[in-house]
Amino acid sequence: MRKYTPKDNVQAKSYYTDRFWVAPRVPRAAIEAGTHFAEVLEAMKAYAKESYIEIGTLVIHIDAKENFEAIKTLKETCGYTQCSEQSAVDYLAQDGEFELFYQFLNVKEAKRVRIVCRIKEGEAIESIVPLFNSANFAEREMFDMFGIKVNNHPFLKRILMPDDWEGHPLLKTYPLHGDEFASWYEVDKIFGKEYRDIIGPENRDPARIDRYDTKRFSRVGYEVPFGEDITEGETEKPVEYSETLLVDYNKKSGKQLDHRK
Amino acid sequence: MAQHQVNYASTAGLPIALTTVDHLVNWGRSNSLWPLTYGLACCAIEMMASGASRYDFDRMGTIFRASPRQADVMILAGTLSKKHAEFARRLYDQMTEPKWVISMGSCANTGGMFNTYATVQGVDRIVPVDIYLPGCAPRPETLQYAMMMLQKKIRRESANMKKNTKQNLRLV
Ligand code: SF4
Repeated sequence: MRKYTPKDNVQAKSYYTDRFWVAPRVPRAAIEAGTHFAEVLEAMKAYAKESYIEIGTLVIHIDAKENFEAIKTLKETCGYTQCSEQSAVDYLAQDGEFELFYQFLNVKEAKRVRIVCRIKEGEAIESIVPLFNSANFAEREMFDMFGIKVNNHPFLKRILMPDDWEGHPLLKTYPLHGDEFASWYEVDKIFGKEYRDIIGPENRDPARIDRYDTKRFSRVGYEVPFGEDITEGETEKPVEYSETLLVDYNKKSGKQLDHRK
Repeated sequence: MAQHQVNYASTAGLPIALTTVDHLVNWGRSNSLWPLTYGLACCAIEMMASGASRYDFDRMGTIFRASPRQADVMILAGTLSKKHAEFARRLYDQMTEPKWVISMGSCANTGGMFNTYATVQGVDRIVPVDIYLPGCAPRPETLQYAMMMLQKKIRRESANMKKNTKQNLRLV
């Protein structure tokens, strides 16, 4: 027997799911013989695992263990004398790996090359600061944001977040509003943990309106003294919003429009 | 302003003005508010504009001071990051009493659009705020108005700072 698939909502679903959707991807071109990039690739032959051209930039995938030698070759043989950017992308969820990229510029040829390599979580990468001083801050930022350790870096220390910060914010697993440590950071640091109760948790919804709060909200036309308790025994009812735009009249959820006058 | 004028007729021709110590002290305090030169983000540009010739804070007796020791108003103009919170508090602690704080712009008031892990969600989590001014960024006129409101507030205070409870200031 065929497996049963739920049929309710099938028609509505097609409005918001596209079965034929594929993630857009920049077209990749092959490297033509006789061009500058072909010469670069010839010099990098020992290291290149995969290579193609993306929007005029030569992309070379290499083994993470050979990054120093490969980049040294690129600098000394091919004339790529500027390292304009270096960082990583978190692909831990998909592949259990980080993708590291280095972006180089050859000023004479006006050409750019990207070196890409992948490392597993917890692995370290060799620093390229002896070749490019500009990689110093970039590698520190990568360490700060992803927790990727860099071997032989002259001063591997957090650069954006405070030195006593916990967690690496650009990891996909790091919550945007911060974890427990982040949300109490300034209070813990300035006043100490025992002040948490006095200061209270962060209000992450500045548009929140509390009708019983007489300290911060005014009642125009129904003014009451500051700080007075006006709940009259009522408990606060959280405002509920409809999950979909469609109104479910049977379940009586969402916004009801049938009582219009 | 008329109330401060000496009415020579009522004092039998003598050049005497009657006042209270509170009134005199607060007249001095409120008319020479010296804010700390302390910008945090884009709002600081508007704060600088307020201090420069076009909007001219100087005519209100407001002159920016480059040291917290000489300042009595802290204008928190901009986004306060969690890394910087410690230093903002330290600067506040270094200012001498009496001191006041103006929270300028949405970022300083609530964290604004930076609803993220790295931004303090309202500077009132670390320093007591006297005036909140809304806007992103508030225009220099808004900051001028905030200064005038702060002057008004100071004139209501007691010269003895210990007496300035909420009840006495009729802020409640
Ligand atoms: S409130 Fe607006 S103008 Fe002011 S610091 Fe924040 S983002 Fe910038």
